[in-house]
Amino acid sequence: MKTFAYVRPGSVEEAAAAFADHPGARYLGGGTNLVDLMKLGVERPETLIDVTRLPLDTVEELPDGALRVGAMVRNSDLAAHPVVRDRWPALSQALLAGASGQLRNAATTGGNLLQRTRCPYFQDLGKPCNKRQMGSGCGAREGVHRDHAVLGHSPHCIATHPSDMAVALSALDARVELHGADGPRSVPAADFHRLPGDHPERDTEIRPGELITGVVLPAATGGLPSRYRKARDRASYAFALASVAAVLRVSDGVVAQAGIAFGALAHRPWRARRAEAALLGAAPTAAAFEHAVDLELADAQPLRDNAYKVPLARRLALDVLAGLVPSATL
Amino acid sequence: MGSQQHGGSGQDTAASPRHRSDTTLRVNGTPRTLTVDNRRVLLDLLREDLGLIGAKKGCDHGQCGACTVLVDGRRVNSCLLLAVALDGCEITTVEGLAGDGEELHPLQRAFRKRDAFQCGYCTPGQLCSAAGVLAEAAAGHPSHVTDPARPSGEPVPLDREEIRERLSGNLCRCGAYPHIVEAVEDVIP
Repeated sequence: MKTFAYVRPGSVEEAAAAFADHPGARYLGGGTNLVDLMKLGVERPETLIDVTRLPLDTVEELPDGALRVGAMVRNSDLAAHPVVRDRWPALSQALLAGASGQLRNAATTGGNLLQRTRCPYFQDLGKPCNKRQMGSGCGAREGVHRDHAVLGHSPHCIATHPSDMAVALSALDARVELHGADGPRSVPAADFHRLPGDHPERDTEIRPGELITGVVLPAATGGLPSRYRKARDRASYAFALASVAAVLRVSDGVVAQAGIAFGALAHRPWRARRAEAALLGAAPTAAAFEHAVDLELADAQPLRDNAYKVPLARRLALDVLAGLVPSATL
Repeated sequence: MGSQQHGGSGQDTAASPRHRSDTTLRVNGTPRTLTVDNRRVLLDLLREDLGLIGAKKGCDHGQCGACTVLVDGRRVNSCLLLAVALDGCEITTVEGLAGDGEELHPLQRAFRKRDAFQCGYCTPGQLCSAAGVLAEAAAGHPSHVTDPARPSGEPVPLDREEIRERLSGNLCRCGAYPHIVEAVEDVIP
């Protein structure tokens, strides 16, 4: 590991100022991914700005029924939070489907969003990877890519985003709150992560020096039936091969609101806007769900060894959606 | 130097003063103040600086759980935690798991009785992780296999499925899992 300086600011403003003084810095949250990448030599920050003690560790119910989650709330605490479990269950389920108990105790909400792909070529300095070093090529495209993207990939990068939590946040219309040199701003969670395009080195829309301060779950998805389901190679403690988060509101026998996102299919949580549009106003039948999900997955461009992901994601989505329909409606 | 490991690149250099920091930890009840290379992870500090070799280095990447210890009562992978960032924290290793006047923690007695290991390399991590599991379940923390409809805040009963899921972050290459699950079952209040 390369040597680095360590600073521990006392406020969000001090953290932003510390970054301005140390442009080669990284913010340190739980460290479960960053410290690992530093050991591997993939990350080589000159300074670590420890933000784990900033006063961003609370979950707060807002007057309008929304929920603000501080960026330093640990994954295990968020998954166990009674309001999250009651009103946004897909988020709790997604968190509990990820990593191990030890990792969830350390990992933070903000850090979870900023974790890097687990593509083996990205993590191996001896291999080409455009995400790590643009222009070096993509080893995965013709190599080992069973876990890689089937939607939205580019000639430069076929990596997937590894987070379970982010998939639920996307489907639930959460917003990501940021603080940078220009002050605070927020972006929809569904737009926070990027597709690789010509800049696979950029995972998110975050600007240099910006700090994630929190995530807001909106009242509009609170209290609705929502669910997260994940397929993986073993029963526990593995990254997704495909996953689905969905929230659904059925009113007067038709779908009045839908949020659907796929995990492990793309460089970001894949918000299924086309499927959602197809469902709005339709009766929530198996045929309607099949039509909507097939519309969404029609653009899939599987690689040599990952075509299995398309039917797998389809089955997961159909099961999750059917489970969200109140039984009296069927 | 012990800090020069697992860089993978052979480019490690000695730490200059601005790359070192003081950190004070309370380890198994004893305050310890050390000046550490900022790269020092808790696992290496425990094993190499304090001689507490119970926590084991398995993968050194947070994947095997052999390095599990309790930080402020919560189980974590000590191989991924920078010691400098833990300033002021309470650390409990397998050496400090048993309470005052106790030779062994009830989990340690149960592991011995149930023969819940072969080589024993993963055992300190299994024990610290299981101690964390018991506390988490008592505090009402759900797991992936907990019925989502279960009320929040109430203790979660630990059946075999729950124990297996909650301990999935601790690998045992000998495959002692059935006996590990039985040992944890023995200690459930």
